[in-house]
Amino acid sequence: MNARVDPMQSRDGQNAAPGGEPLDLEAAYRDSHVGEVLDNLDRELVGLAPVKGRIRDIAALLLIDKLRRAVGLSSGPPALHMSFTGNPGTGKTTVAMRMAEILHRLGYVRKGHLVAVTRDDLVGQYIGHTAPKTREVLKRAMGGVLFIDEAYYLYRPENERDYGQEAIEILLQVMENQRDDLVVILAGYRDRMETFFRSNPGMSSRVAHHIDFPDYTPEELAAIAGLMLQEMQYRLSSEADEALRQYIEKRRVQPHFANARSIRNALDRARLRQASRLFERKGGAISRQDLQTIEESDIRASRVFREQHD
Amino acid sequence: MRITQGTFSFLPDLSDAQIAKQIEYCLARNWAVSVEYTDDPHPRNTYWELFGTPMFDVRDAAGVMTEVNACRRTFPNHYIKLNAFDSTRGRESLRLSFIINRPPAEPGFDLVRQEGPGRTVRYTTRTYATERPEGERY
Repeated sequence: MNARVDPMQSRDGQNAAPGGEPLDLEAAYRDSHVGEVLDNLDRELVGLAPVKGRIRDIAALLLIDKLRRAVGLSSGPPALHMSFTGNPGTGKTTVAMRMAEILHRLGYVRKGHLVAVTRDDLVGQYIGHTAPKTREVLKRAMGGVLFIDEAYYLYRPENERDYGQEAIEILLQVMENQRDDLVVILAGYRDRMETFFRSNPGMSSRVAHHIDFPDYTPEELAAIAGLMLQEMQYRLSSEADEALRQYIEKRRVQPHFANARSIRNALDRARLRQASRLFERKGGAISRQDLQTIEESDIRASRVFREQHD
Repeated sequence: MRITQGTFSFLPDLSDAQIAKQIEYCLARNWAVSVEYTDDPHPRNTYWELFGTPMFDVRDAAGVMTEVNACRRTFPNHYIKLNAFDSTRGRESLRLSFIINRPPAEPGFDLVRQEGPGRTVRYTTRTYATERPEGERY
C-alpha cells in the first residue's frame, strides 16, 4: 500500500543534488508547524522538563530523518513506539495526545488521532474472543496513535491460561509489520512497566523511546492549579492561595496522591463548597466577583486539614 | 463472463493502493465502510453476506484494508465488495459500492426460456455457478 506519497517530498528529492546546496532546516521546521505544538506543550504543561526535552529530541530526529530521505540518504522507517512511565496524574495521556499531533504534523502518522485503551478493551473473556477484540481496536487506531494505559496488566504470569498473552502477540505483529500505519504508546507505573518489559523481551526491543515522567514539585502543582482555575474562570483570594499551597504540602505525602489529578479533584470540591457557601448566603446581591472567587474557607474545609486536628 | 455490478465495474480491477484511496475518500466524508461477500452474483441478489461489522469508527484506510485482507484470506474465490454507507439524515443509504475481489473463472449466465400458453415465452437468467451448492461454486 502506498497511500502516503508526499508530493512535497518527491519534489525535494528531485531538486536537491547529492552533496549539493544546503537544505533549509529552518523552512522544513516552519512548514511542519511542529514548533507550534512544542510551544503549546511548553506553555500548557507545567514542569516535566525531562519529558519535554525528550520530545524535542524525538521531533528533531524525525525532522532530520525526513530531510535525509529528501536528499536520498538512507533512513529506515524510524522506530516510533514509545513507553511512558510515571506515577498517576503526571500527564502521560496529555503528552500522548500531543505526541500524536507532533507525529501527524511530521507526517509519521496519517490521521493523528489517539485511541486510549486498557486491558479490558484488548483482552476477551473466553477462548477466541481476544483476537477479534484486539484487531477491532487496532483497526480503529490505524493512522493514529494507540495508547495502552497500564499495559503491564496485559501480561499475567500467575495465570498461564490468561488471554493477555494472545493480545500481546497480535500487538507485536502489528507493531512490527505495520509500522507506518500506527504508533503504539505503552504507559504505566515505572517499576511495573520494567517487570513487564523484562518478561516480554519482544515488546521491549520494539519500543524505541522510554520516557519517564517525574512527580511534580509543590511549586509546579500550585502552578498547575493556577492554570486549571484560569481555564475554569475561577480565581483564588490571596488567603485561599496560601491555603492551597498548604493543602498541596499536606496532600502530597498522603496515600493515593495522584499529582495533577488530585489537584483537579481538590479544586472541584472547592468549587462545590464555594457554590454552597454562596447559596447559604441568601439575600444580598451576588457580584460577578463573588461567583469567580474561591475563598480560604472553601479550601480549609478539606478533609486533608481536618485530619491534622484529630 | 465478467460480472459488472456497482461502481468501477467496467474498469480493470482496482489495485490495493487504488482501493485504499477510494476508502480514504469515503472516510473523509464520514461514510461507514463495510465488506460483503457472496458466491451467487445474480444481479437480483442485492444483499450479500456481511463480513464482520460495518466500520463506523475506523479513521484510516489501513484499518479497512486489514478487514478486506482478512475477508480475502477467508474467501479467496468469492465475490467481495466494499459498501460505503452515508448516515446523513435524509440520505441514510449506500453512496458507493464496488467489487474488490472476484473468482478467477466466472462462468457467466444461462438464459432460460419458459414456454407459456399460446406462443408466450418467458425469459430468466441463472448463473452456471449456482448449479453447485453454496460454498462449492468457485
